[in-house]
Amino acid sequence: MADLGSLGKFETAWCPGCGDFGVLDAVKDAFVKLDLDMHKTVLVSGIGQAAKLPQYLNCNFFNGLHGRSIPVATGIKIANKNLNVIVTSGDGDIYGEGGNHFIHAIRRNIDITVIVHNNQVYGLTKGQASPTSDPGFVTKVQTHGVISEPFHPLSAAIALGAGFVARSFSGDKDHISQMIQDGVKYRGFSLIDCLQPCVTFNKKNNFVWYKQRIYKLGTDHDAHDKLKAFEKALEWGDKIPVGVIYHDGRPSYEDACGLMTEKALIDQDVSGPVRIRPILKEFL
Amino acid sequence: MLKVDLTIKIAGEAGQGLQTMGQLLSRAFAHQGFFVFSNQVIQSRIRGGHNWFQVRVCSERVLAPASTTDILVALDKESSCHLKELTKNSIIIFDSSLFKMADSFAIGLDIPLGRIASENGGNRIMSNTVAVGAILGLLEFDMDVLSGLIKESFGEKDMQVADVNIKIARAGYDLAYRKVPCNRLPQIKEKTGQPKMFVGGSESVALGALAAGCQFISAYPMSPSTGIMTYLASKQDKCHVVVEQSEDEIASINIALGAAFAGVRAMTASAGGGFALMVEGLSLAGMTETPVVIVVAQRPAPATGLPTRTAQEDLEFVIHAGHGEFPRLVVAPATIEDAFYETARAFNIAEKYRIPVLILSDQFIADSAVTIDDLDFNKVNIERSLMSEEELKTVKDYKSCLITRSGVSPRALPGNPYCFVTADSDEHDETGRITEDVDFMRPEMVKKRNRKNLGLLKEARPPKWYGPRDAKNVLIGWGSTFGPLREAIDLLNAEKEKTALVHFTDVWPLNEKHFGFLKKVKFAAVAENNFTAQFARLITRTTGIVIKNTINKFNGLPFEATEIIKAYKGLRRKNG
Repeated sequence: MADLGSLGKFETAWCPGCGDFGVLDAVKDAFVKLDLDMHKTVLVSGIGQAAKLPQYLNCNFFNGLHGRSIPVATGIKIANKNLNVIVTSGDGDIYGEGGNHFIHAIRRNIDITVIVHNNQVYGLTKGQASPTSDPGFVTKVQTHGVISEPFHPLSAAIALGAGFVARSFSGDKDHISQMIQDGVKYRGFSLIDCLQPCVTFNKKNNFVWYKQRIYKLGTDHDAHDKLKAFEKALEWGDKIPVGVIYHDGRPSYEDACGLMTEKALIDQDVSGPVRIRPILKEFL
Repeated sequence: MLKVDLTIKIAGEAGQGLQTMGQLLSRAFAHQGFFVFSNQVIQSRIRGGHNWFQVRVCSERVLAPASTTDILVALDKESSCHLKELTKNSIIIFDSSLFKMADSFAIGLDIPLGRIASENGGNRIMSNTVAVGAILGLLEFDMDVLSGLIKESFGEKDMQVADVNIKIARAGYDLAYRKVPCNRLPQIKEKTGQPKMFVGGSESVALGALAAGCQFISAYPMSPSTGIMTYLASKQDKCHVVVEQSEDEIASINIALGAAFAGVRAMTASAGGGFALMVEGLSLAGMTETPVVIVVAQRPAPATGLPTRTAQEDLEFVIHAGHGEFPRLVVAPATIEDAFYETARAFNIAEKYRIPVLILSDQFIADSAVTIDDLDFNKVNIERSLMSEEELKTVKDYKSCLITRSGVSPRALPGNPYCFVTADSDEHDETGRITEDVDFMRPEMVKKRNRKNLGLLKEARPPKWYGPRDAKNVLIGWGSTFGPLREAIDLLNAEKEKTALVHFTDVWPLNEKHFGFLKKVKFAAVAENNFTAQFARLITRTTGIVIKNTINKFNGLPFEATEIIKAYKGLRRKNG
């Protein structure tokens, strides 16, 4: 079972002060509190600074291609539904390059937890706009400021039918940890959009900027009310809510598929002849 | 026994039930023990256009379409384009109430197909059943066999529909049976052997995958590969195989890689265009050493090309696809039967070496069907090449990417209680963790991965030699062209032109040792369905020998034996 010591301590490639540290600490904390069997857990990531997170844990991991963490995670979960499958990648990876997979994984409602380190900027490629950059955000590429409307991950996820949609902030370890714990427990696709500063390339949305705006959703927020959830999901500017924005239940892919109800695919017997002898007579 | 070699071509618009007719006829002949080869030429549309389905029925093994047609069922006016394939003994079945058939020296059999269907309790859509009856009437085929097959195909639930169809077929049968005075077609009355299986190319690949224990396919529909996922989907409940229609081909391969990493046998399938989207994922399979089977069913390209026709244009693409250097095996099945065994073998090799294995087929294989006596399961062993429980228990400090002499690292699966399993698309050390150690680890890892090529060169099988052992003139082929080439060889040798076929199924990596024959023969020509002679070029790359005699067909249609012979003789006259 997970304990802080056995999760390990690794030297990282992150900049000092990076929000990724906060997320990593929270991930560890959540794993310990969930008492996860790390041997039954797989972390999947794409490419980017955030996607390096699995490298800094003692765990099973698949560090795949840029934008393709969600399909890999989907395949892992389909093959072995008994594994906890957790994706950790950045906003460029999940919302940009992997946008199509984000849409369809939510539609499938595959039981994976996706933690998006959302710093509204591309770090590893040195400071270009990301799909979530605020309008007007000036970079070396968007020299006159971003003119595209930002991608709104939470409202998009709710619209697509995601059943667990949450937002957190890298400056609050306990909060992220709680969101991750709830997301992992949720049976279906869970999204945790984690706002975080990029100390090197995003001089606008910095720690103080977030700190001044973020507030925790209280008990008065009904996460089961879809319209209210939309309202909170779209709230951005002077006040930014964090917490479980939307919570609903519908059958996960593994439950709906019907072919892995009792046993995970990997635990099923598929010896060839026994399996297909009976269907060969259909060709006669 | 009388030698039978008869081709029936059913021509008409999409939506007229050409495929249903062709299937029914083929199964009827197969049921009586005949050898059958069927293929279809279709346009990329749902309704209309001009398509045809041809059934060749023989008393001996047949693997290719013929260039002449003995019975032409003309269901639309466009069908007159096939008149040039007819002989003076050929018979055309048509309905003059629908269109005026162009003049021909062949024998016409004018049947009011739609009216007969309507008069016998059906509707005009069932014209095709009347035509099937008429064809079998001309051949004096056993009508009871047809009735049985119709019943079987509708099942007990639709007995009424089956009865109507039987009645309609019989009406067609009676209108043709001994009604054509100068009918010189062979009669196919007698059963010639045990019923044979009649299997399509896509089905054969799917069956091979099932036999190999494949439990998962993610794919995006694309002609001519779609039949594989469709067939697997039809068997998902019986065979417990999960079929996931992915959002795009990029997802297809990445989902398959995830499933393979977690330990089930997984595959994907597409045509060249879809595979182009998978290429980054192919490279990921190479880097993470994740075993996966990818079927590339070729069609004419570039870009969208001719979606429903055939080609062998993607050989060089497939062997080179993917950025960076990593090993792969590319197998091009020679026949539909071959496709079963090769697909099963692909899964074993993929796991033995932890590499991607590509099955390179094409529309000609995918959309053809052939009679097969039986599939031999003794030839299909599932070899998972995984670490045993015992090995896992005792392993200390497991490393997913351990550097070994063979280049293959022992494979554990995530979820085991003893060790962690890792995969990284970044360059990594033996533990699978990112590294930028360019002095030692990077070169060692490159060498380790590419050392697998030495093993693969040993796995690569020599070409099949078909024809006289001592022939000094050879045709060289690869993949799906085997059927037409084999027939060309038979015909050439019957004409006392001593010629052999050297045919490759394992097309990458190529082993130079397998080309020793080139030094012994006097004349060699490479035949393939592409313009630039890709395989001929690969031979040069492997052996240094330039083969300038090439036969290339690239209009989207498969080879016919007669045209190969013509081209071959032309080259012999010029250069031989």
